[in-house]
Amino acid sequence: MATYLEFIQQNEERDGVRFSWNVWPSSRLEATRMVVPLACLLTPLKERPDLPPVQYEPVLCSRPTCKAVLNPLCQVDYRAKLWACNFCFQRNQFPPAYGGISEVNQPAELMPQFSTIEYVIQRGAQSPLIFLYVVDTCLEEDDLQALKESLQMSLSLLPPDALVGLITFGRMVQVHELSCEGISKSYVFRGTKDLTAKQIQDMLGLTKPAMPMQQARPAQPQEHPFASSRFLQPVHKIDMNLTDLLGELQRDPWPVTQGKRPLRSTGVALSIAVGLLEGTFPNTGARIMLFTGGPPTQGPGMVVGDELKIPIRSWHDIEKDNARFMKKATKHYEMLANRTAANGHCIDIYACALDQTGLLEMKCCANLTGGYMVMGDSFNTSLFKQTFQRIFTKDFNGDFRMAFGATLDVKTSRELKIAGAIGPCVSLNVKGPCVSENELGVGGTSQWKICGLDPTSTLGIYFEVVNQHNTPIPQGGRGAIQFVTHYQHSSTQRRIRVTTIARNWADVQSQLRHIEAAFDQEAAAVLMARLGVFRAESEEGPDVLRWLDRQLIRLCQKFGQYNKEDPTSFRLSDSFSLYPQFMFHLRRSPFLQVFNNSPDSSYYRHHFARQDLTQSLIMIQPILYSYSFHGPPEPVLLDSSSILADRILLMDTFFQIVIYLGETIAQWRKAGYQDMPEYENFKHLLQAPLDDAQEILQARFPMPRYINTEHGGSQARFLLSKVNPSQTHNNLYAWGQETGAPILTDDVSLQVFMDHLKKLAVSSAC
Amino acid sequence: MEPTMAQYQAISKHLPKVCQEPHLPRGHLQPQQHRLLVARLHMASLAKEMYRMGQAPRFRCKGPPTSLASASGSFPNSGLYGSYPQGQAPPLSQAQGHPGIQTPQRSAPSQASSFTPPASGGPRLPSMTGPLLPGQSFGGPSVSQPNHVSSPPPQALPPGTQMSGPLGPLPPMHSPQQPGYQPQQNGSFGPARGPQPNYGSPYPAAPTFGSQPGPPQPLPPKRLDPDAIPSPIQVIEDDRNNRGTEPFVTGVRGQVPPLVTTNFLVKDQGNASPRYIRCTSYNIPCTSDMAKQAQVPLAAVIKPLARLPPEEASPYVVDHGESGPLRCNRCKAYMCPFMQFVEGGRRFQCCFCSCINDVPPQYFQHLDHTGKRVDAYDRPELSLGSYEFLATVDYCKNNKFPSPPAFIFMIDVSYNAIRTGLVRLLCEELKSLLDFLPREGGAEESAIRVGFVTYNKVLHFYNVKSSLAQPQMMVVSDVADMFVPLLDGFLVNVNESRAVISSLLDQIPEMFADTRETETVFVPVIQAGMEALKAAECAGKLFLFHTSLPIAEAPGKLKNRDDRKLINTDKEKTLFQPQTGAYQTLAKECVAQGCCVDLFLFPNQYVDVATLSVVPQLTGGSVYKYACFQVENDQERFLSDLRRDVQKVVGFDAVMRVRTSTGIRAVDFFGAFYMSNTTDVELAGLDGDKTVTVEFKHDDRLNEDSGALLQCALLYTSCAGQRRLRIHNLALNCCTQLADLYRNCETDTLINYMAKFAYRGVLNSPVKAVRDTLVTQCAQILACYRKNCASPSSAGQLILPECMKLLPVYLNCVLKSDVLQPGAEVTTDDRAYVRQLVTSMDVAETNVFFYPRLLPLTKSPIESTTEPPAVRASEERLSNGDIYLLENGLNLFLWVGASIQQGVVQSLFSVSSFSQITSGLGVLPVLDNPLSKKVRGLIDSLRAQRSRYMKLIVVKQEDKLEMLFKHFLVEDKSLSGGASYVDFLCHMHKEIRQLLS
Repeated sequence: MATYLEFIQQNEERDGVRFSWNVWPSSRLEATRMVVPLACLLTPLKERPDLPPVQYEPVLCSRPTCKAVLNPLCQVDYRAKLWACNFCFQRNQFPPAYGGISEVNQPAELMPQFSTIEYVIQRGAQSPLIFLYVVDTCLEEDDLQALKESLQMSLSLLPPDALVGLITFGRMVQVHELSCEGISKSYVFRGTKDLTAKQIQDMLGLTKPAMPMQQARPAQPQEHPFASSRFLQPVHKIDMNLTDLLGELQRDPWPVTQGKRPLRSTGVALSIAVGLLEGTFPNTGARIMLFTGGPPTQGPGMVVGDELKIPIRSWHDIEKDNARFMKKATKHYEMLANRTAANGHCIDIYACALDQTGLLEMKCCANLTGGYMVMGDSFNTSLFKQTFQRIFTKDFNGDFRMAFGATLDVKTSRELKIAGAIGPCVSLNVKGPCVSENELGVGGTSQWKICGLDPTSTLGIYFEVVNQHNTPIPQGGRGAIQFVTHYQHSSTQRRIRVTTIARNWADVQSQLRHIEAAFDQEAAAVLMARLGVFRAESEEGPDVLRWLDRQLIRLCQKFGQYNKEDPTSFRLSDSFSLYPQFMFHLRRSPFLQVFNNSPDSSYYRHHFARQDLTQSLIMIQPILYSYSFHGPPEPVLLDSSSILADRILLMDTFFQIVIYLGETIAQWRKAGYQDMPEYENFKHLLQAPLDDAQEILQARFPMPRYINTEHGGSQARFLLSKVNPSQTHNNLYAWGQETGAPILTDDVSLQVFMDHLKKLAVSSAC
Repeated sequence: MEPTMAQYQAISKHLPKVCQEPHLPRGHLQPQQHRLLVARLHMASLAKEMYRMGQAPRFRCKGPPTSLASASGSFPNSGLYGSYPQGQAPPLSQAQGHPGIQTPQRSAPSQASSFTPPASGGPRLPSMTGPLLPGQSFGGPSVSQPNHVSSPPPQALPPGTQMSGPLGPLPPMHSPQQPGYQPQQNGSFGPARGPQPNYGSPYPAAPTFGSQPGPPQPLPPKRLDPDAIPSPIQVIEDDRNNRGTEPFVTGVRGQVPPLVTTNFLVKDQGNASPRYIRCTSYNIPCTSDMAKQAQVPLAAVIKPLARLPPEEASPYVVDHGESGPLRCNRCKAYMCPFMQFVEGGRRFQCCFCSCINDVPPQYFQHLDHTGKRVDAYDRPELSLGSYEFLATVDYCKNNKFPSPPAFIFMIDVSYNAIRTGLVRLLCEELKSLLDFLPREGGAEESAIRVGFVTYNKVLHFYNVKSSLAQPQMMVVSDVADMFVPLLDGFLVNVNESRAVISSLLDQIPEMFADTRETETVFVPVIQAGMEALKAAECAGKLFLFHTSLPIAEAPGKLKNRDDRKLINTDKEKTLFQPQTGAYQTLAKECVAQGCCVDLFLFPNQYVDVATLSVVPQLTGGSVYKYACFQVENDQERFLSDLRRDVQKVVGFDAVMRVRTSTGIRAVDFFGAFYMSNTTDVELAGLDGDKTVTVEFKHDDRLNEDSGALLQCALLYTSCAGQRRLRIHNLALNCCTQLADLYRNCETDTLINYMAKFAYRGVLNSPVKAVRDTLVTQCAQILACYRKNCASPSSAGQLILPECMKLLPVYLNCVLKSDVLQPGAEVTTDDRAYVRQLVTSMDVAETNVFFYPRLLPLTKSPIESTTEPPAVRASEERLSNGDIYLLENGLNLFLWVGASIQQGVVQSLFSVSSFSQITSGLGVLPVLDNPLSKKVRGLIDSLRAQRSRYMKLIVVKQEDKLEMLFKHFLVEDKSLSGGASYVDFLCHMHKEIRQLLS
């Protein structure tokens, strides 16, 4: 089995791909009986320091419906200078440039180690990256100050030739002109009025001026290639101006009377930002970065009215259909998101407020365009500051870790069809022979648009085996999938990354063991979780849970070893053993549970749908480390029994890092032992989790919320809500006192869950 | 040509017999009598009644009131005015035939002696205490004097020829060389009465006038001597001489104040100064029947915030403390000197509604033996005609004391405005002008805040907050749905934000220097200003500098609808009406916010002043128009107007209410304001130049003893943001005799009212109908006098009441003004502009506007410092060897005669000959010689008298520009068909006679 683990890891490192099944069931029927669909997690731009891009263009299959890229799996006739497409079997002539190839003189794309290869396209005009800041001014003074500083700082991080723009909003929306000397100019819009893209462009004076202008001054168009240059200027030209401008930025001056929320025109501001870029730089990499400190309270896209006495919608309201603005607002933001996606731009949302900010309604802006979503308590926190800074980090080549306007094109061999994708993408609606009629996630297409992505952006892509049972695939046959990602690199180059993978087909009847062994339970858990979360967007929570449970039971029935009606006999093989536990934690996670979560926790779903496998797993099942005098730090069970008085716990839930001091440790610290020289080892013990937490904090995007708490601390709830409640007030005495901390909950524990699962799996009733 | 005093006296000796009685028994003129008289061609003498000025009701009629018959042969059917007592023999000698009068039929000259020139108010002249009579302009009844008027008997006329259509062929310009009149020209007097087929029938006796040949017989044209008809100049001069020396004391009820052209001081002793209120009559009929009979409009022209000369104190401010001004409980009239304290001072009876009110304890004061409060002279509200109360919070909007008002400058920066240099000029000027914002009393610095907006088809707001390093510009393109993009920093204190403002004003011309935007919006601009004031919760004034027709897509978008073909059609009125209702709606909102709009227009072509001026008009603002603005030519005028306008003391967010004593009530209002109900005049802004004309009607009988009282209360916010009430009180006499009414009228005020009435009429009726109405009303007024007040005399005599003898000449000026009878060169915009200007003019302004002042420059000795005596506005009065200044409050001409002395040319223009003078010159060179200094000094002093800067135009005799100048010679026939004074007088006489018969 170790070999499979290695294989999986190797594949992930090389191609950024993890399949739920690494040996594929060879018939449609069998595949459906496997419960977990054939699917993969694809990280299209996985960082490959060892993969220099080639400076030429890919060779494409000449069949118009195929256009697959030449890859190591193709059969090549070196003498005839022909190659056969491994997807459609079309025989293609090599282009003239390939005249010199031979078995010993192969282009890179034919070498097996280049199953993933990146091409640089030289054609086409390169346009600079665009960053459009959309800034809420209805903030508290210190919040605004912090935000201003962050923005000013970011100017120094941007590529010098990148174009920047600034839109501020509050009661009104202001589009700032950046090129003016002596006077700062801005265009102001009412925050309550929805404007069409055309109106916005007219009002900003972006529409091409009429004829007389051209006659009058033929020289002018050359001076200003873009009418938009007034609003979007290269950083190096106007960083001083913009720094001053940001410096002078005032809080929204309109008075907010007692009992009112400030009027915040987020919907219109976004609409204008979208319209501005749409009119000026369509299909060029651009980020709209929305910084907001509260819910939109007026105009299109308003989430809540300005009366404070009416609270913002809760899940309860939504279930009761009492959220009166939600549908309209969601529709507004969806419309914007779709337009933005169509233009190849992305929208980031940085929402920092103690209360909700309407992320539920706005989520699609980030979700559909591949933008970031960051949620914090205040702009004046390191969470925001560092997260924001981290957006502009550079990779080993000195390039920004961001790419724009990508399209992902998936090609499959004939036995497979594409069912859909789940991730920060929108469908391009490209129907083709390899598109399945059954949709999983965003389906009905073989191409998706990902407007913004970074090296960790990961899509779940779902397939359907369509090979019929009665047309067996010959022994040793392999299915192939090619992922072609066109994107704009942060260096503004257009690039194409091509990943071609192949897996063996296996007959389920005869080779079930192989298939079982090649099951990647981690990938499967994440892929199933994505499906569940995707469903939860449109279905009732309990239905989704029920669906997940049924899938789990069916999987256990299929792959477990047991005697009928005998739960105690139930066993799962190693490759499946962790899967039920993942599902247990997934059921409890904020991704599927609305209880105790605000509607804005769609933030968590957002990240879940785009992070890579490792991070996703952490989100599903947080990691818990224990620090004690008894030995080096060790990972422990995410279980209440791990909460011991003489331990320090470090929990990483991806969104939070919690350091929890056990009761005794907390008392020691309170007594100040760490300051006494003779207890230096205690001091070190206290320090160790802090150091480890820092390490995680440094690497993670977005930066997690950092919580340092102790036994009995109010923030300990973050830990207590995550651990498996093996000890509760219900069974406390049964378990004895020393072995952990009871959790006051009625939730079932993992043990109970597993017992039920076993019972159901072995029951013939199901 | 003016008659000398000696001449007057000489004449007066002749005339005592003319009319014995000032009051004629009604109906004394029997038709037969009339008919008999008609035939005679008499010299007319103007009725004249004398009385000691304003003293009590005992008007002494010195001698027979003069009846001056004016005559005109030009009207075949116009009556002539016999100066002979009835029954006297018919014409002495027709043979005397005055060559001056031409009638196609023939003329029957009558004796000349009775023809009077302008009669002066005899008793006012100490030297003329005798039965002063209208003098003739030339001594004695010399036959050669052209002051006889002969008129053919009307019946002799074939009906068809009496009148041509009102729009008949334009008569040629009346020139001295051409003494004749065309009979047709009387047609140009508005009333199209048609041929009046029955006219002839009442006069079957025509043939009895043997001397009169039949109509076909042509006679050498004769004309009426212009000197023989009432002269405005003479009247003005006389009033100046008689009443300009002593202060006018307002203590007595019903006194007629001196004319507006007279310089006099006022002492407030209980009635409002005539600078605040002037009435058409100071003695009003007791009953509505009388009023109807007389047809004299009862109106007051009120200028509540009039500026006073430095010698007169501005109204005292009275503070009645927390309880607010003391008022009548029933009619809410404010405490005033006419209130009667009773019951030992514990109560007072309201002089307006007779309600008995308690005197609040803190206001109690004992009465003296005459029933007056002993503190009456310590309290302005008990002793003065005009004073102010401090208003309490109850008088404020939303029960909150107002914040200081704001000025917002809104500058058109479209291509036209930039090209003409306007924007640069304006910005440069504003920098210094902002230091002179109006201040209250001794305040160090003005409380007024300022804001700036520029616009073309979008609006640019500016944040000029003092803490900013540089101004911020905010563009609002959403003109369809205007809003104010900023709150803080838009309206600022000038001193605090001086640096930012100055930097802004420097940059505005630069920023738009390359603009190519030609389209502008208008309504959204005002809306923006109004919204800004609303957001700042204050009243204020917008100064709008606008260049072109707002054709950009926005509310209030206009199209060019100028169509000269509509003139003289029923649709002509549409030219004066606004194109869309958006402007009225906006104006209404502005008024509600106390947002006054001053509009400066700089059009190159039609801008639809009629529509654009709606908002300024309804908000109490002003409109200034500079057609084809060029910095070089118009800078001076614009800047001077701008400075004056900005520095003007203004009251904001004002409501004016006129209360009257029982018996009359204010029914109609004219001026620049808005009314949402029938009683309250709402003024978003009111400055010292704006007047409101109020018309009164009877609703009950008045009492001669108690008279009639007016109280005008103006609630307003001062420049410093103080809420105040200004009260003006005026007591008038009431009469049961019509003669008293006619004796106490003021023609200038009457003309003010009639012009405003007519100018409003053109909105709803065809212009011709409006003119007819005026003529008819005037005829009725005069006919009523003739019938009821004048001594029995020949029907052929035109007898005018002394106080109204100028009514015909002035009315004629109104009738032929640009609005009512436009010439070919007068644009639709000009007409709309003038129309709206006149609406808020005061009496002095209308007076000079309709009858311009024409001043000869070289006649009087060069050393004299006073203004030279004016001459009548007629080309005949111009001597080609002289130079004249003509002004009407808006225009200023310097006319140079062709045979002017070379020395004068040299010393004024610094060129050697007449031909070298540049025609159309706008400034006189600054030369160091007495004449140049004097003329320039005179020009300056004329300008200083007017509320708008008058641009000088030098006109040379016989030059093309002279046409323009001649337009203002209002006694002459005008090119557009307006009648000459003489013709009109004849026409008027005809009308009167018709009424009398």
